Amino acid sequence: MGKITLKSVRKSFGDTHVIPGIDLEINDGEFVVFVGPSGCGKSTLLRLIAGLEDTSGGTIEIDGKDATDLPPAKRGLAMVFQSYALYPHMSVRKNIAFPLKMAGMDAAEQDKRVNHAAKILNLSSYLDRKPGQLSGGQRQRVAIGRAIVREPAAFLFDEPLSNLDAALRVTMRQEISELHQTLKTTMIYVTHDQVEALTMADKIVVLHAGVIEQVGSPLDLYRNPRNLFVAGFIGSPKMNFITGPEAAKHDCHTLGIRPEHLDVTEDGIWEGVVGLSEHLGSDTFLKVEAGPLGTLTVRANGEVDLHHGDKVRLSPQEGKLHRFDKDGKALR
Amino acid sequence: MARKVSNTRKTVITALAWTIGLLIFFPILWIIILGFKSEGDAIKTPFEVLFSSWTFESYHEVQERSDYFRHFMNSVIISLGSTLIALVIAIPAAWSMAFVPGRRTKDLLMWMLSTKMMPAVGVLVPMYLLFRDFGLLDSRAGLVGVLTLINLPIVVWMLYTYFKEIPGEILEAARMDGAGLKSEILYVLTPMAIPGIASTLLLNVILSWNEAFWTLQLTTSKAAPLTQFIASYSSPEGLFYAKLSAASTMAIAPILILGWFSQKQLVRGLTFGAVK
Repeated sequence: MGKITLKSVRKSFGDTHVIPGIDLEINDGEFVVFVGPSGCGKSTLLRLIAGLEDTSGGTIEIDGKDATDLPPAKRGLAMVFQSYALYPHMSVRKNIAFPLKMAGMDAAEQDKRVNHAAKILNLSSYLDRKPGQLSGGQRQRVAIGRAIVREPAAFLFDEPLSNLDAALRVTMRQEISELHQTLKTTMIYVTHDQVEALTMADKIVVLHAGVIEQVGSPLDLYRNPRNLFVAGFIGSPKMNFITGPEAAKHDCHTLGIRPEHLDVTEDGIWEGVVGLSEHLGSDTFLKVEAGPLGTLTVRANGEVDLHHGDKVRLSPQEGKLHRFDKDGKALR
Repeated sequence: MARKVSNTRKTVITALAWTIGLLIFFPILWIIILGFKSEGDAIKTPFEVLFSSWTFESYHEVQERSDYFRHFMNSVIISLGSTLIALVIAIPAAWSMAFVPGRRTKDLLMWMLSTKMMPAVGVLVPMYLLFRDFGLLDSRAGLVGVLTLINLPIVVWMLYTYFKEIPGEILEAARMDGAGLKSEILYVLTPMAIPGIASTLLLNVILSWNEAFWTLQLTTSKAAPLTQFIASYSSPEGLFYAKLSAASTMAIAPILILGWFSQKQLVRGLTFGAVK
């Protein structure tokens, strides 16, 4: 079981209120991603759940029991750190077995579990090496191994992939997702990378300045962002925002349209001149200078033969316009 | 061409380093040489000294006149004892300063170091009186206490800088893995800090071994360490050059040998945190 409930959890450092008050429910077996720009409080929130930081108010419940004042060791959670945080003086085997040794498990059972975890994570041939002799990806696997052996109520990941190179990041992302499918244990994953959030999460929690902006499934956030912040943060490239008379025509303060929802057509309602064009083969990204509308980013499918200086007409796809009031809240 | 220039440079620098090294070592070398000369030869001109005959005479005499072994044991007990007590106090202190710093931790560290700036003789009279009243004069326990206090700031500082280098996330990982404070210190911090603790221990033993102000002021015979042993041959009158040299050689030999074998560890400890 791994149901975690936060009730008006607050955290202040001196006079700085990092988290003014958060309510959140994480269900058993869910893969929840905390995402937001740096300094939004996502790591602090994770550390509060882990027990590595004390709350300034509110309660944290794990499986219905109040864990607010429990030390990290007693919460039954496992954590994977950004820096891996392996014990440099211990072999891989001892690193993975450390939580079991702390739990006072007998040696035979320890061995069995370590070997099992090593097999899942492809670490069997490295068990006698020291962390210093491993590559970044292998170290991260050891850190994950150390987390899974004790069968925790939930896994906490604090930006675990940010020290890896791009290619390895993609592989590890898939491995973690597969691991979640196998173990079906609650996972809380902190990242500033929305691609990681969208690809892995069952539920995304978008944080901004210590406040939850929106909670929902990846597609839910993509389709129905609750405000300008979420609309701008989720989705890549960023949503286009249009203000002024064009927005007023649609009875709103700001009009939003995603780059992939703008089509280049002969009879488009908006016109402009291509500024920058990026040809990736599978996609073409165009920056279109559209006069009073500002610069619009367009994502066209496949190879599109448009270049700097070409005149284009654009039309937004039916039903894909997002409208926001002057406080940035979505109008439905 | 560039390579040739850099080779010349290298030669010059190497020669310079050897010259400076020999200059620093020369007094010790001269003492060792004088120890193997007769009293009569020892006061001749350096050139004559070098080519005079060698003898163990001074060593024999020093051994007959004073008990080297007793002084040696006193030195061992005082330097090791004060170092171990200082470590026991300093490890928890440095631990809390490095990992749970308060708002005034930096000030506290500076204040501790500032006590080293005061000349020892400034507190000689009160210390002497305290020692007299508590019956600690010429006792090993008293000296251990004084040397512990004197070296404590340096021990705390060294351990503090060393602990600072250990990433906090590793200790947090240990806490997440179910380790309590005791297991965290025993299984994670201490093994990682052993090189630092070892070099601190080594340096402090050397400092205590060579400490000559308090050991000379507060001991006469019973608790007298090797510093007293050397001093007893220093006299304004009479011919004691060779014996003084022999005694000095005997006193510094153990620590010189210890230092020689542990120089790698020592240099690492002293420069730790300097190169990052």
